Amino acid sequence: MAKIQALEGVEPVTMIDAPARLDYTFTAGRATSRFLKGLEKKKLLGERSAATGKVYIPPRGADPVAGVPTDEQVEVADCGTVTSFCVVNVKFYGQAMECPYVCALVLLDGADVAMFGLIQEMPYEDVHPGLRVEAVWVDDNELSTTLENIKYFRPTGQEDAPLETYKEHV
Amino acid sequence: MANTNSSDGEVLSAPLTIEYPFRRSTGPILGAFFTGLREGVVVGVKRSDGSVLVPPSEYDPDTAEALDDLVEVGQAGKVTTWAWVVKPREKHPLDRPFAWALIQLDGADTAMLHIVDAGSKDRMKTGMRVALQWADERVGHINDIKCFVPEG
Repeated sequence: MAKIQALEGVEPVTMIDAPARLDYTFTAGRATSRFLKGLEKKKLLGERSAATGKVYIPPRGADPVAGVPTDEQVEVADCGTVTSFCVVNVKFYGQAMECPYVCALVLLDGADVAMFGLIQEMPYEDVHPGLRVEAVWVDDNELSTTLENIKYFRPTGQEDAPLETYKEHV
Repeated sequence: MANTNSSDGEVLSAPLTIEYPFRRSTGPILGAFFTGLREGVVVGVKRSDGSVLVPPSEYDPDTAEALDDLVEVGQAGKVTTWAWVVKPREKHPLDRPFAWALIQLDGADTAMLHIVDAGSKDRMKTGMRVALQWADERVGHINDIKCFVPEG
Protein backbone atom coordinates (compact mmCIF):
# COMPACT_ATOMS: atom_id res chain seq x y z
CA MET A 1 0.00 0.00 0.00
CA ALA A 2 2.96 2.30 0.48
CA LYS A 3 3.55 4.42 -2.58
CA ILE A 4 5.86 6.66 -0.65
CA GLN A 5 9.42 6.32 -1.75
CA ALA A 6 10.91 7.07 1.65
CA LEU A 7 9.08 4.05 3.07
CA GLU A 8 10.26 1.59 0.42
CA GLY A 9 12.72 -1.02 1.61
CA VAL A 10 13.15 0.38 5.13
CA GLU A 11 12.47 -1.42 8.38
CA PRO A 12 8.95 -0.41 9.41
CA VAL A 13 8.28 0.98 12.87
CA THR A 14 5.89 -1.37 14.68
CA MET A 15 6.20 -0.23 18.30
CA ILE A 16 6.55 3.06 20.12
CA ASP A 17 7.44 3.77 23.71
CA ALA A 18 4.84 6.00 25.33
CA PRO A 19 5.60 6.11 29.05
CA ALA A 20 3.30 7.87 31.49
CA ARG A 21 4.58 9.32 34.75
CA LEU A 22 2.85 11.23 37.50
CA ASP A 23 4.79 12.89 40.31
CA TYR A 24 2.85 13.44 43.50
CA THR A 25 3.54 14.55 47.01
CA PHE A 26 1.56 12.13 49.12
CA THR A 27 0.35 13.45 52.46
CA ALA A 28 -0.59 10.62 54.74
CA GLY A 29 -3.12 12.38 56.96
CA ARG A 30 -3.15 12.19 60.74
CA ALA A 31 -4.33 8.60 61.25
CA THR A 32 -1.99 7.09 58.68
CA SER A 33 0.85 9.25 60.02
CA ARG A 34 0.28 7.72 63.46
CA PHE A 35 0.36 4.29 61.85
CA LEU A 36 3.62 5.08 60.04
CA LYS A 37 5.23 6.44 63.18
CA GLY A 38 4.18 3.24 64.98
CA LEU A 39 5.91 1.20 62.31
CA GLU A 40 9.13 2.99 63.12
CA LYS A 41 8.84 1.40 66.61
CA LYS A 42 7.73 -1.99 65.21
CA LYS A 43 4.18 -1.33 66.38
CA LEU A 44 1.15 -1.91 64.19
CA LEU A 45 -1.39 0.73 65.14
CA GLY A 46 -4.93 0.40 63.89
CA GLU A 47 -7.96 2.43 64.86
CA ARG A 48 -11.29 1.21 66.17
CA SER A 49 -14.62 2.53 65.07
CA ALA A 50 -16.92 3.28 67.99
CA ALA A 51 -19.88 2.69 65.68
CA THR A 52 -19.03 -0.83 64.49
CA GLY A 53 -16.26 -1.96 66.85
CA LYS A 54 -14.11 -2.80 63.82
CA VAL A 55 -10.38 -2.19 63.92
CA TYR A 56 -9.01 -0.80 60.67
CA ILE A 57 -5.37 -1.05 59.68
CA PRO A 58 -3.79 0.88 58.11
CA PRO A 59 -6.16 3.44 59.61
CA ARG A 60 -7.52 6.22 57.42
CA GLY A 61 -9.09 8.09 60.30
CA ALA A 62 -12.64 7.12 59.49
CA ASP A 63 -14.90 4.09 59.45
CA PRO A 64 -15.84 3.63 55.79
CA VAL A 65 -18.98 1.70 56.73
CA ALA A 66 -20.42 4.03 59.34
CA GLY A 67 -18.84 7.22 58.07
CA VAL A 68 -17.62 8.31 61.49
CA PRO A 69 -14.13 9.14 62.73
CA THR A 70 -12.07 6.37 64.32
CA ASP A 71 -10.26 7.93 67.21
CA GLU A 72 -9.39 4.99 69.43
CA GLN A 73 -5.93 3.68 68.63
CA VAL A 74 -5.41 -0.06 68.95
CA GLU A 75 -2.19 -1.98 68.63
CA VAL A 76 -2.61 -5.19 66.68
CA ALA A 77 -0.27 -8.17 66.52
CA ASP A 78 2.43 -8.61 63.90
CA CYS A 79 1.15 -12.10 63.20
CA GLY A 80 -2.07 -13.23 61.59
CA THR A 81 -3.86 -15.42 59.08
CA VAL A 82 -3.62 -15.52 55.32
CA THR A 83 -7.11 -14.90 53.92
CA SER A 84 -6.22 -14.96 50.24
CA PHE A 85 -3.13 -14.88 48.11
CA CYS A 86 -1.78 -14.69 44.61
CA VAL A 87 1.29 -16.33 43.08
CA VAL A 88 2.93 -13.78 40.82
CA ASN A 89 4.40 -15.40 37.72
CA VAL A 90 4.35 -12.45 35.37
CA LYS A 91 7.24 -10.06 35.24
CA PHE A 92 6.58 -6.36 35.08
CA TYR A 93 8.49 -3.10 35.05
CA GLY A 94 9.71 -2.01 38.45
CA GLN A 95 9.25 -5.45 39.98
CA ALA A 96 11.34 -5.83 43.11
CA MET A 97 10.90 -9.60 43.48
CA GLU A 98 12.00 -12.65 41.50
CA CYS A 99 9.11 -14.66 40.06
CA PRO A 100 7.38 -16.70 41.28
CA TYR A 101 6.51 -15.07 44.58
CA VAL A 102 3.43 -14.76 46.73
CA CYS A 103 1.39 -11.68 47.61
CA ALA A 104 -1.22 -12.22 50.28
CA LEU A 105 -3.83 -10.56 52.37
CA VAL A 106 -3.02 -11.14 56.03
CA LEU A 107 -5.63 -10.65 58.73
CA LEU A 108 -3.50 -9.55 61.66
CA ASP A 109 -4.64 -10.75 65.08
CA GLY A 110 -6.75 -7.96 66.53
CA ALA A 111 -7.56 -6.35 63.16
CA ASP A 112 -10.81 -6.48 61.20
CA VAL A 113 -9.36 -5.80 57.78
CA ALA A 114 -6.61 -7.75 56.07
CA MET A 115 -3.36 -6.12 55.11
CA PHE A 116 -1.25 -6.71 52.05
CA GLY A 117 2.09 -8.49 52.39
CA LEU A 118 4.55 -10.90 50.82
CA ILE A 119 4.85 -14.51 51.99
CA GLN A 120 8.37 -15.94 52.06
CA GLU A 121 10.44 -18.72 53.66
CA MET A 122 8.13 -21.43 52.32
CA PRO A 123 7.37 -23.03 48.93
CA TYR A 124 4.89 -20.85 47.10
CA GLU A 125 2.70 -23.87 46.27
CA ASP A 126 2.11 -24.47 50.00
CA VAL A 127 0.61 -21.06 50.73
CA HIS A 128 -3.11 -21.35 51.50
CA PRO A 129 -5.93 -19.50 53.23
CA GLY A 130 -5.84 -20.09 56.98
CA LEU A 131 -2.04 -20.23 57.04
CA ARG A 132 -0.66 -18.58 60.17
CA VAL A 133 2.14 -16.11 59.45
CA GLU A 134 4.28 -13.57 61.27
CA ALA A 135 5.99 -10.41 60.13
CA VAL A 136 9.70 -10.38 59.46
CA TRP A 137 10.96 -6.88 60.17
CA VAL A 138 14.00 -5.13 58.82
CA ASP A 139 16.93 -4.71 61.20
CA ASP A 140 16.24 -2.19 63.96
CA ASN A 141 18.75 0.29 62.55
CA GLU A 142 16.83 0.32 59.26
CA LEU A 143 13.43 1.10 60.77
CA SER A 144 11.68 4.18 59.48
CA THR A 145 8.14 5.46 58.92
CA THR A 146 7.33 3.02 56.13
CA LEU A 147 5.49 -0.24 55.61
CA GLU A 148 8.68 -1.49 54.00
CA ASN A 149 9.79 -2.12 57.60
CA ILE A 150 7.95 -5.43 57.20
CA LYS A 151 10.08 -7.30 54.69
CA TYR A 152 7.58 -10.14 54.39
CA PHE A 153 5.55 -12.64 56.40
CA ARG A 154 6.69 -16.18 57.11
CA PRO A 155 4.83 -19.20 58.45
CA THR A 156 4.71 -19.50 62.23
CA GLY A 157 4.36 -23.27 62.19
CA GLN A 158 1.08 -23.02 64.10
CA GLU A 159 -1.95 -25.00 63.03
CA ASP A 160 -4.13 -23.35 60.44
CA ALA A 161 -6.68 -20.86 61.73
CA PRO A 162 -10.24 -22.22 61.66
CA LEU A 163 -12.28 -20.85 58.77
CA GLU A 164 -14.75 -19.20 61.17
CA THR A 165 -12.00 -16.83 62.31
CA TYR A 166 -11.52 -15.33 58.87
CA LYS A 167 -14.50 -16.36 56.73
CA GLU A 168 -15.77 -12.77 56.60
CA HIS A 169 -12.59 -11.94 54.71
CA VAL A 170 -12.62 -14.66 52.06
CA MET B 1 8.40 9.59 54.88
CA ALA B 2 9.55 13.08 55.70
CA ASN B 3 7.79 15.11 58.29
CA THR B 4 6.78 18.34 56.67
CA ASN B 5 4.18 19.63 59.07
CA SER B 6 5.98 21.62 61.74
CA SER B 7 2.87 22.99 63.44
CA ASP B 8 1.81 19.76 65.14
CA GLY B 9 4.59 17.42 64.07
CA GLU B 10 1.94 14.89 63.18
CA VAL B 11 1.35 14.62 59.48
CA LEU B 12 3.85 12.91 57.21
CA SER B 13 4.27 13.42 53.51
CA ALA B 14 6.63 12.06 50.90
CA PRO B 15 7.18 12.04 47.16
CA LEU B 16 5.11 9.46 45.30
CA THR B 17 5.78 8.70 41.66
CA ILE B 18 3.51 6.56 39.55
CA GLU B 19 5.07 5.47 36.31
CA TYR B 20 3.93 3.19 33.52
CA PRO B 21 6.45 2.38 30.79
CA PHE B 22 3.87 1.70 28.10
CA ARG B 23 5.02 0.27 24.79
CA ARG B 24 2.34 0.36 22.14
CA SER B 25 2.04 -1.51 18.89
CA THR B 26 1.45 0.98 16.11
CA GLY B 27 -0.45 -1.08 13.54
CA PRO B 28 0.37 -0.63 9.85
CA ILE B 29 -0.96 2.90 9.36
CA LEU B 30 0.47 4.70 12.36
CA GLY B 31 3.52 2.49 11.83
CA ALA B 32 3.91 4.08 8.38
CA PHE B 33 3.53 7.53 9.97
CA PHE B 34 6.28 6.83 12.51
CA THR B 35 8.47 5.15 9.90
CA GLY B 36 8.01 8.26 7.78
CA LEU B 37 9.09 10.51 10.63
CA ARG B 38 12.25 8.46 11.04
CA GLU B 39 12.89 8.72 7.29
CA GLY B 40 12.16 12.46 7.23
CA VAL B 41 8.72 12.55 5.58
CA VAL B 42 5.25 13.20 6.96
CA VAL B 43 2.70 10.57 5.99
CA GLY B 44 -1.05 10.92 5.92
CA VAL B 45 -3.86 8.76 4.66
CA LYS B 46 -6.41 9.64 1.98
CA ARG B 47 -10.10 9.09 2.54
CA SER B 48 -12.49 8.09 -0.20
CA ASP B 49 -13.63 11.72 -0.56
CA GLY B 50 -10.03 12.70 -1.29
CA SER B 51 -9.37 14.47 2.00
CA VAL B 52 -6.18 13.60 3.86
CA LEU B 53 -5.84 12.77 7.56
CA VAL B 54 -2.56 13.61 9.28
CA PRO B 55 -1.67 11.77 11.44
CA PRO B 56 -3.25 8.93 9.47
CA SER B 57 -5.86 6.71 11.02
CA GLU B 58 -6.62 3.09 10.21
CA TYR B 59 -10.31 3.71 9.76
CA ASP B 60 -12.33 6.58 8.39
CA PRO B 61 -13.65 8.50 11.40
CA ASP B 62 -17.02 9.08 9.69
CA THR B 63 -17.69 5.95 7.67
CA ALA B 64 -15.48 3.43 9.54
CA GLU B 65 -14.13 2.36 6.15
CA ALA B 66 -10.63 0.84 6.35
CA LEU B 67 -8.03 3.28 5.02
CA ASP B 68 -4.67 2.43 3.47
CA ASP B 69 -4.01 5.03 0.77
CA LEU B 70 -0.90 6.56 2.32
CA VAL B 71 0.27 9.91 0.95
CA GLU B 72 3.12 12.25 1.74
CA VAL B 73 2.20 15.75 2.84
CA GLY B 74 4.15 18.98 3.18
CA GLN B 75 6.58 19.95 5.91
CA ALA B 76 5.05 23.33 6.55
CA GLY B 77 1.55 24.45 7.30
CA LYS B 78 -0.65 26.73 9.33
CA VAL B 79 -1.51 26.96 12.99
CA THR B 80 -5.26 26.46 13.47
CA THR B 81 -5.22 26.99 17.22
CA TRP B 82 -2.64 27.22 19.97
CA ALA B 83 -1.96 27.63 23.68
CA TRP B 84 1.09 29.36 25.07
CA VAL B 85 2.99 27.57 27.84
CA VAL B 86 4.52 30.20 30.08
CA LYS B 87 6.28 27.84 32.45
CA PRO B 88 7.21 24.52 30.85
CA ARG B 89 7.07 21.53 33.13
CA GLU B 90 9.71 18.86 33.50
CA LYS B 91 8.35 16.54 30.84
CA HIS B 92 7.56 19.22 28.31
CA PRO B 93 9.51 19.06 25.06
CA LEU B 94 11.16 22.45 25.59
CA ASP B 95 12.54 24.04 28.73
CA ARG B 96 11.58 27.53 27.59
CA PRO B 97 8.14 29.00 26.86
CA PHE B 98 6.53 27.51 23.74
CA ALA B 99 3.12 26.93 22.18
CA TRP B 100 1.15 23.75 21.92
CA ALA B 101 -0.50 24.08 18.56
CA LEU B 102 -2.72 22.30 16.11
CA ILE B 103 -0.93 22.48 12.80
CA GLN B 104 -2.53 21.74 9.46
CA LEU B 105 0.26 20.72 7.10
CA ASP B 106 0.11 21.62 3.44
CA GLY B 107 -1.81 18.84 1.71
CA ALA B 108 -3.57 17.77 4.89
CA ASP B 109 -7.19 18.37 5.80
CA THR B 110 -6.76 17.79 9.52
CA ALA B 111 -4.47 19.43 12.04
CA MET B 112 -1.87 17.68 14.14
CA LEU B 113 -0.81 18.50 17.68
CA HIS B 114 2.79 19.61 18.06
CA ILE B 115 4.78 22.51 19.43
CA VAL B 116 5.81 25.85 18.00
CA ASP B 117 9.12 27.20 19.23
CA ALA B 118 8.27 30.84 18.66
CA GLY B 119 10.41 32.39 21.39
CA SER B 120 7.66 34.76 22.38
CA LYS B 121 3.89 34.63 22.62
CA ASP B 122 3.78 37.82 20.53
CA ARG B 123 4.93 35.83 17.50
CA MET B 124 1.99 33.42 17.78
CA LYS B 125 -1.12 33.98 15.72
CA THR B 126 -3.90 31.73 14.56
CA GLY B 127 -3.41 31.10 10.86
CA MET B 128 0.33 31.77 11.00
CA ARG B 129 2.61 29.69 8.78
CA VAL B 130 5.06 27.35 10.46
CA ALA B 131 7.75 25.01 9.18
CA LEU B 132 8.77 21.65 10.53
CA GLN B 133 12.19 21.13 12.08
CA TRP B 134 13.54 17.62 12.33
CA ALA B 135 15.40 16.27 15.34
CA ASP B 136 19.04 15.42 14.73
CA GLU B 137 18.48 11.79 15.65
CA ARG B 138 15.26 10.13 14.56
CA VAL B 139 13.97 6.82 15.81
CA GLY B 140 10.36 6.60 14.66
CA HIS B 141 8.63 8.70 17.31
CA ILE B 142 6.60 11.91 17.34
CA ASN B 143 9.64 13.63 18.90
CA ASP B 144 11.46 13.04 15.60
CA ILE B 145 9.79 16.34 14.80
CA LYS B 146 11.78 18.62 17.08
CA CYS B 147 9.30 21.46 16.74
CA PHE B 148 7.69 23.85 14.29
CA VAL B 149 9.02 27.37 13.86
CA PRO B 150 7.42 30.49 12.39
CA GLU B 151 8.04 30.54 8.66
CA GLY B 152 10.14 33.22 7.02
